[in-house]
Parts: sequence; C-alpha cells; structure tokens
Amino acid sequence: MATTKNKPKLAVWKFASCDGCQLSLLDCEDELLAVAGAVQIANFPEASRNIIKGPYDISLVEGSITTPHDAERIHKVRRASKFLISIGACATAGGIQALRNFANIQEYISIVYPNPAYIETLGKSTPIADHVFVDFELRGCPINKYQLLEVVNAYLNGRKPNIPSHSVCLECKRKGNVCVMVSQGTVCLGPVTQAGCGAICPSYHRGCYGCFGPKETPNTSSLAEWFALHDSSKEDIVRIFRGFNAFAEPFRKESEAYEK
Amino acid sequence: MKNRTIKVDYLARVEGEGRLFIKIIDNKITETKFNIIEPPRFFESFLRGRRFTEAPDITARICGICPVAYQMSSTHAMEQACGVRVDGALRDLRRLLYCGEWIESHSLHIFMLHAPDFLGYEDAIQMAGDYPDLVKNALKLKKIGNDIMILLGGREIHPINVKVGGFYKVPLKKELDEFIEPLKWALAFSLEAVKLVSTFSFPDFERDFEFVSLRHPEEYPLCEGNIYSNKGINIENSQFLNHFEELHVEHSTSLHARIIKRDDYLVGPLARYANNFDKLPAIAQKAAKEAGLSEVCNNPFKSIIVRAVENVFACSEALRIINSYKRPEKPSVEVSAREETGHGCTEAPRGTLYHRYKIDADGIIKDARIIPPTSQNQKAIEKDLLQYVEKNLHLPDDKLTWNCEQAIRNYDPCISCSCHFLKLKIDRG
Repeated sequence: MATTKNKPKLAVWKFASCDGCQLSLLDCEDELLAVAGAVQIANFPEASRNIIKGPYDISLVEGSITTPHDAERIHKVRRASKFLISIGACATAGGIQALRNFANIQEYISIVYPNPAYIETLGKSTPIADHVFVDFELRGCPINKYQLLEVVNAYLNGRKPNIPSHSVCLECKRKGNVCVMVSQGTVCLGPVTQAGCGAICPSYHRGCYGCFGPKETPNTSSLAEWFALHDSSKEDIVRIFRGFNAFAEPFRKESEAYEK
Repeated sequence: MKNRTIKVDYLARVEGEGRLFIKIIDNKITETKFNIIEPPRFFESFLRGRRFTEAPDITARICGICPVAYQMSSTHAMEQACGVRVDGALRDLRRLLYCGEWIESHSLHIFMLHAPDFLGYEDAIQMAGDYPDLVKNALKLKKIGNDIMILLGGREIHPINVKVGGFYKVPLKKELDEFIEPLKWALAFSLEAVKLVSTFSFPDFERDFEFVSLRHPEEYPLCEGNIYSNKGINIENSQFLNHFEELHVEHSTSLHARIIKRDDYLVGPLARYANNFDKLPAIAQKAAKEAGLSEVCNNPFKSIIVRAVENVFACSEALRIINSYKRPEKPSVEVSAREETGHGCTEAPRGTLYHRYKIDADGIIKDARIIPPTSQNQKAIEKDLLQYVEKNLHLPDDKLTWNCEQAIRNYDPCISCSCHFLKLKIDRG
C-alpha cells in the first residue's frame, strides 16, 4: 500500500446542492475503506474535520454556482486542483435550482424569505464549466456511485473514463424491459437522456425523467412531437424538459420552443 | 479586557455548509451564532406551477441524505389535499422504506459523523485504524438500510418509485423475504451498538427542552400522527402554522423556527423518544433501559444513544412488516386533483418535516411551504451552545471548539435542507 506521503490527494467541494452526489462516495460501503487506502482523503468536510492543504490531484466538485462568493471560490478550487471533475446535475447543468434561470429572481427570493435584503444570490444557477475548465463532467441526479469509482480510478491511472454517452433506451433494452412509451403511451425522456442510472424508472414501470441530462445528439423535437401526439399539453412538455437538467442546452431549447 | 473568539468557518461531518461563531468578552459570551451559509435554492418558489404529482421527485432533491422524508411529507400532503388515504400493505411499504432511510441515515451519523467526536478521531476512516470491526459492521448496517431503499425505491439517493397514491411498482414477497436474515443480523448489531455508545463519556449537560414530534395512538411515529409536545401541544398537522413560526435572521439563509409566543423547541430522536417511549417495541425499551436511559433524555450529547435505540426500532419494525407482507393487488390508489390545501408531517431521521401545498382543480401547485427539521432546531442549537460555553469557559480554545462542534453534531444537522442553516466561530476578541 502506498504511504500517506505519496498517495494521491482527493478533495471534495460543495457548491449549491443537496449533498447527494458526495454522499454517493460514503454510500460505497463495500469500497470505501479500499478507496481510503488508495488515496489520501485530503479535503472532504462532510466526512472529516481533518483538512490537508492543497494542491490536490483530484477534485470532485458538487453543486452549481449561485452566489457571487461561490463564483470566486470555484477559481480557487481550480487553481488548487490537477484534475477537476464536476459531479452531478447541479455541477454539470445548474441543477433543479436552475429553474430560477427562467424566472424573476427577486420574486423567487420574496416568496421564500421575509427579508430579501439578507439574501445574496445570483440571477442564474450555472454549471461549473461555465466558470472554469473542467476535466470531466459526471452526470446524474444523483450520480451513479460505480461510475464515480470508475472516473476516479481512470484519473488515478492516467486513462480515459469508460462512461457511455448513449441513451437510456440502450440500457433499458439490455435489461429486457418492455418499452413504457410503446406499450403504455407513458411519457419517457429515455430516448434523449444519457445512460448511467441503469434505466431504473422504466424498470419500475414509469417514464424516465432525465436525471442524467441530454445524451449525445438528442432528437428532442421529435420526442416532444410524440408527447404532443399522446395528449401532453404545451405546458406539460415545458415541465417535462424543465427538470433536474433544465438548463442543459438541448433540454432548455426544447422547453423554450413550447413556451411560446 | 480579555476577548476570545471561537470559530469554525466550515463545520465538518455535517451535511451542508455551516459556520459557528462565539464571541467572549471578559468571560461573558456576547454573541453565539450558528450560521447556515448554504446558498438558497428556492424550492418553494419553483414548485409553483408544477404538477402536484411532481412534488415527491422535486422535493427529494432538497436533501441527498433524507430524500424519503421529503417524498413522504409531500405525498401525504397531496393525498390530504385530494381526500385520499393510503392504507394496508401500501402504508406498511412506506413505513418499510422509511425504516431503510432511518437505518442508513442513523448509521451514517452514529458511526461516521458523531462517534469520532467521542473517541477522539478526525473521521471514521482514522477511527477504522483502531476499530476496524466496528467500522466494517457500521458500513454493513448502513448498507442494509440502503438496500431496502434500493429495492423499494429503485435507488438509495432520490428514489424513483414513490408516487402520490403509493408506488409505481411493489415488491414480491420473496424479494422482501431476502431481507429477513440481513435484518436479523442488523437487529443484533444495533443492540450491540446501543451498549457500545452508552459507554462513551458524556458532558454533564441537561436542558429543560420542549420536545416536539409526531405522536400516533398505535405506533412509533414515522408518517402519521398528531403534532405533540411534552409541554402541552397536541394538534392535527393542519394546525402546524398556527403554533409554529419561522423568523428570518440576518446571519442565516435558513429561517429560524419557534413556538408562537413561546420559545425554541427540539425535534428529532430525543423528542420522538421522550414523546413516544411507550410506543417503542419491548426490545428497544429494554435496550434503552440497560444503556442507562430513563424514559426522557435531556442531555443532547446522549442523542447518539437514542439514535442507536431508534435503529433497534427500525430493524425490528422492518422485520415485522416483512413477516406480515402480502403483496397488494395494485401498486397505488387513484388520486384526482381538486382545489384544496394539504398538509404533510412526517419524521425525517433528524426530526419533524412539515409540508403544505395549495393546489388547484387541475393539480397545479399554487403555493408551497416546507419547514425542515434543522431550521426548527437552529434556535435550540444556539441555546445549547450558549449554555454549554458558559459552563466551560475554563477550557482552552481547541477543546472548546471541538466540544462546540460536537454539540452541533448532536442534532445531526442537515444544512442543505434547512436552507431556507452554520459557520463555529468562537470570538474571544
């Protein structure tokens, strides 16, 4: 086993998020002690009060940028990191909190907080890559913990992560599911959503709601037409694309097309 | 004049971003702030205009550690609004899913986040060096909780199988039966864990708390019951906002809750335990008594024992449900929207979580109000800190800071949730 001194340093950073993606690391119950044997957990406040100074070999960044302070802090994280990997829908697309990007932020603040003046926030929730160079974006709301281990492993060993960018449909077919769209007319984002979850929703007899964001070259307009033909209203189509990856470009454009 | 500052800019081993600041001038505490610096995400704003059926999936994203709590409070609120009750096996399956979350969340907090405070480690991984079997068994217990959530919810974080009216798909009897052996082990280890944590050394510290939790006539509360306090509140969940209010203070992006015209109160394991000891299964009552707890525990540092007792409850309740399970014919009951307001109050691992929604006849959400456990506990946490520091001013800064952090972790604060919550900064000038 590598000694503490020459073990690669792993850091975990949190921006606006639910903590679920970094929790995925603690949810690797069978692998956690092995991971802690292979890397030095140098900055992971959710798990340890022991904070070791940078620079760090790998930084996992969770959450989106929503405050002026965080827009500054992400640059410090980038400067301290050899590889920066953004994890989860908040970090890669702005997250569910990016719904503010389609609304008036002052109105949003006044709905939640009696004293809006105490609140410092930006008008838009934006992904990490809008602010700094990101080495790899790991999708999901939440991320898949096995994909997380794969990405960390790949960067530790100087190889490309094996993370497919095809659609949920492929995973779904491989599981032998009956298509929920074809057989039940259920609205499903599977055809335009990146694989990674294991096609959980269709396996539980419901439509995919897009946790892993747009797949490569998604034909969102064709899918939206199918939704319209199967009794989805314009408002419903806007809501379907405006989920946890609402601000990812293909989903954003499709929702805007139906808002007009 | 002698000034001291005790501060922690980024509190560790809690969920989310919090900060602690205590200022002491001439041995008098002039300021205690437990700040929530988590950036606001405005869930209650963007829920407006969404369909009532979307609330369980959307509100789950408030918290990665207790998504089931958000799904349970929101589904119950929507069902109340629509005049629907979910009963029988479906109700039992919801309790089972919640037991999964309690086991996962309590195990994470007891062993990974809180125990290192008592045993003098920076984290559980360091602790694993000296206590390898304890940490391995803790992870095994946590995994059993997660596995229940994976079977019933599709995945452990942000489950996808919960809907207004029940589930999308219900498990086969044989799928649940596979949990009987692991849960028997989990129950045995949970009993051992109660004994072990009861041997920790606890600061001599008690407060006269007002304990608020659900109370149900027949069971230890998870999803249903009246809102009850040891100081006279006993109301239906729809009356919540008539008795509790939230205040917006400058140092926090979380709103502070209090009982109207009264004061701070405490939600979570200590409160549930004090208000519902009589509803615990005999095996959990016995474990608590053998660990030296009376029927009410007023020492927040001992919450770790109560959490361990609740794990005994959760494992035995899970076994009870699995042993009596008959697969329902339909995975959910039909729910049609109507113009109405619905309230949902359930017991998240860290305390009572209140939701209220106004929906219209088309099922569109017009207004949403969410009051998470940590924002309700924020005032109690600050009071604990104030009284604890007052009694322990003789301690050096590093020890005082450690103990203040521990005092906050007593509450298993969930900061991402409460933001609409903490930096420790002890300022002695």
